[in-house]
Amino acid sequence: MQVIDLIDQKGRATVAESNVPAIELIGVNKSFGPVHANKDINLVVGKGSIHGIIGENGAGKSTLMSILYGFYNADSGTIKIDGKATTIPDSKSAISQGIGMVHQHFMLVDPFTVLENVILGAEGGALLKDGVANARRELQRLADEYDMTIDPDAVVGELPVGLQQRVEILKALYRGADILILDEPTGVLTPSEADHLFRILRVLRDQGKTVLLITHKLREIMDVTDTVSVMRRGEMVASRKTAETSMEELAELMVGRSVLLEVDKPEVKVGKPLLKVEGLNVRDDRGVLRVKDVSFEVRAGEVLGIAGVSGNGQSELLAALSGITRAESGTMELSGEKLDLAGVHDAAEMRHKGMSHVPEDRHRMGLINQFSEYENSILGYHREPKYSKGMFLDKDAIRKEAKERIEKYDIRPPTTEMTAAKFSGGNQQKIVLAREIECDPDVLLIGQPTRGVDIGAIEYIHNRIMDMRAQGKAVLLVSVELDEIRSLSDRIIVMFDGNVVGERGAEATEQDLGLLMAGVNQEAAE
Amino acid sequence: MSKGQLPRWVDFGLLPALNLIAAFIVSGLVVVIIGEDPFEAVKWLVWGALGYGEGIGYTLYYATNFIFTGLAVAVAFHAGLFNIGGEGQAYVGGLGIALACLALDRFIPWWVTFPFAIAGGALFGAAWAFIPAYLQAKRGSHIVITTIMFNFIASALMVYLLSNILIPQGTMSPSTRNFEAGGQLPLLRNVFTSFDFGQSPVNLAFFLALAVCVVVWLLIWHTKLGYEIRSFGKNPDAAAYAGISPVRITIITMLISGGLAGLMGINVVMGEQTRLLLDFAGGAGFVGIAVALMGRGHPIGIILAAMLFGLLYQGGAELAFEIPTISRDMIVVIQALVILFAGALEHMFRPAVVAFFDRFSSDTAEA
Repeated sequence: MQVIDLIDQKGRATVAESNVPAIELIGVNKSFGPVHANKDINLVVGKGSIHGIIGENGAGKSTLMSILYGFYNADSGTIKIDGKATTIPDSKSAISQGIGMVHQHFMLVDPFTVLENVILGAEGGALLKDGVANARRELQRLADEYDMTIDPDAVVGELPVGLQQRVEILKALYRGADILILDEPTGVLTPSEADHLFRILRVLRDQGKTVLLITHKLREIMDVTDTVSVMRRGEMVASRKTAETSMEELAELMVGRSVLLEVDKPEVKVGKPLLKVEGLNVRDDRGVLRVKDVSFEVRAGEVLGIAGVSGNGQSELLAALSGITRAESGTMELSGEKLDLAGVHDAAEMRHKGMSHVPEDRHRMGLINQFSEYENSILGYHREPKYSKGMFLDKDAIRKEAKERIEKYDIRPPTTEMTAAKFSGGNQQKIVLAREIECDPDVLLIGQPTRGVDIGAIEYIHNRIMDMRAQGKAVLLVSVELDEIRSLSDRIIVMFDGNVVGERGAEATEQDLGLLMAGVNQEAAE
Repeated sequence: MSKGQLPRWVDFGLLPALNLIAAFIVSGLVVVIIGEDPFEAVKWLVWGALGYGEGIGYTLYYATNFIFTGLAVAVAFHAGLFNIGGEGQAYVGGLGIALACLALDRFIPWWVTFPFAIAGGALFGAAWAFIPAYLQAKRGSHIVITTIMFNFIASALMVYLLSNILIPQGTMSPSTRNFEAGGQLPLLRNVFTSFDFGQSPVNLAFFLALAVCVVVWLLIWHTKLGYEIRSFGKNPDAAAYAGISPVRITIITMLISGGLAGLMGINVVMGEQTRLLLDFAGGAGFVGIAVALMGRGHPIGIILAAMLFGLLYQGGAELAFEIPTISRDMIVVIQALVILFAGALEHMFRPAVVAFFDRFSSDTAEA
């Protein structure tokens, strides 16, 4: 199957610089059973450039990168590295050909030091001593050259995510990578960490490295890349010079139609408070106080946004409110009923009282990946009478309802039998959202509603949240995306180090919120 | 189909078959090394287990034990719990059965005693599983360690009870008295007289085992409790999010698991021996682990795997008898090889098979 039709390129792959490209893919195909994940992909990435690959979840970006890094073997097509046709049967071969990859989920050993992580798999000999000394020198050189200072003896697990990612990059460079693939690198980063990452990427480019940046965030593409390719449904639909394109054009190319990036937020009459939290303190497993004396209320028909850099107590707040963990102290008033959060903690009970919860991490919490769609559609509600016949589950009723929701929420593919793991991110989120909204709650807790979700689905999810608001529900929205918080919320509170450090209206500027998120309280300063 | 996913028939049929064939090939080599003809050995093995009525009877008798213990391990597995204590739970369960029989056998017919014996076995087995379950759920003591330890405690406890308390006056062997007719399960050779089961001890407990398979299947895949058990086993965080209490599920699942193991005594104590005797479980609790693994936690798979191990037990005994150079220990080696390949080396062939099917499936997609 090495016969490739070169005529059908439509000039798509010609944007790169005229010298020999670092990477050239010609007619690459990859299928998983009936799913054609990559269709005749042509791609040219110029040497010493930052090339973005953008596309919705499930567009085939990760598959393509996995082919480049040797995780998958292409069914057909040619891969050229530095102009020479080659094969990449496994990641070892990818590394030896100068390709390094920084995964979305880091591949680091937490209890090891930075140095130990960097030499892992490249120890150089049976005794560690020489390897370690070498690595220390090399690490120092890399750090100087690329402006990536890091303490080689720091324990990785104790570093913030931004630095952990830096370790991943150093690992790749230590192995001699000339081509660096970064898969959704900013998903876990704060805005300032992301900026720093982009600075590093620019330095790398200026030193002659080639960077491939996989993302679904348009702003990042515009900020940092030189050239960009757009994927849609397994096909490479366009390549552009970043300077010659716009967010709107790229969004349209990704989705295949024009997208409304603004949310329509009609006036809604605000009612009585449905959720009232007072004096909430939460400790994590290690006994660290993560939420400090937080109080707020959310009224009917209101969206309260909680802004903040991730890791400032938002997750613990959601866990305590939804009954997953026990709070240290604090009370909650839910639709008029007062609950002691330090006493009861029962997620089933909270649901029963009319509070539903879309968790921040759908893979870890919101879904059971091995369960089929219809089984996931009742998670947390499986004891509801409408789903059961005595002690048995009424599978016909469950499937019937799951089918209705699939239709209503346009979940694709429209099947109740496929396991959750096989749905794309956006559709997984829709499964969770359908479950938590269709039970008609009074209060909706929703964490990172659009993390790892494609543009089409983002628009849909935002509209559903606005529907809840219009129906007079109280919505508590936690998100690290400031745009999202600002466009959806009626009021915004900002969390920093477990405290609520300020409250603003929806008209708050990004700078204002940004300062609050960084722990600088302007009002106090004035 | 995404990468690494296999069609069900491959996962549940082809892979176990490959593992089994590998185990038999290695076993065959061992037989060759000691200077015997492996094909001759296989012939005796299969003939001994399936070639005549009495052999079939013994095969089914052993399989019955393994179904109970296999189900016990599988149910715990669905909750992500590794219950190594099936042996001890079966042993103590036998005590419950014996007590029910000893109390009732002189007064009522066996079919009235039967439900009491079932309750006794399940209750005692469950009780023996409760302590490790409680320690895991509330104190975080690892269930693998505690259940192993409880096997030893069970063994010591039963030695004490049998040689000091339950032993009839004036006898020397550590066992209870023989149950009267009211404490004896009918043997199949007396029920199905048209089939020649010989002197084999297979009894009505076999049908109880099949019925329990149906119950477990319903429990795991069709009840709310089963849903919670599987949720907890697959993703404890999501279970917590769903309001499923880990303490409750850990304890309930282990109670069910221990109860299932406890039922094994119905077959041995009430069916074959008609008395409680020392060490009657004889390792069936451990074989149950292999059976559950090989049967992929599904009752149908467990029945098939239990039959296989029943065949090995019975056929192995016959083989040792017919070819004296292949001793009893050799049979244990063969069984160990099957456990090794089906259990511990379960994933040995998987990558190759996955690669094969990935290629195969992408070819068909392009065609």
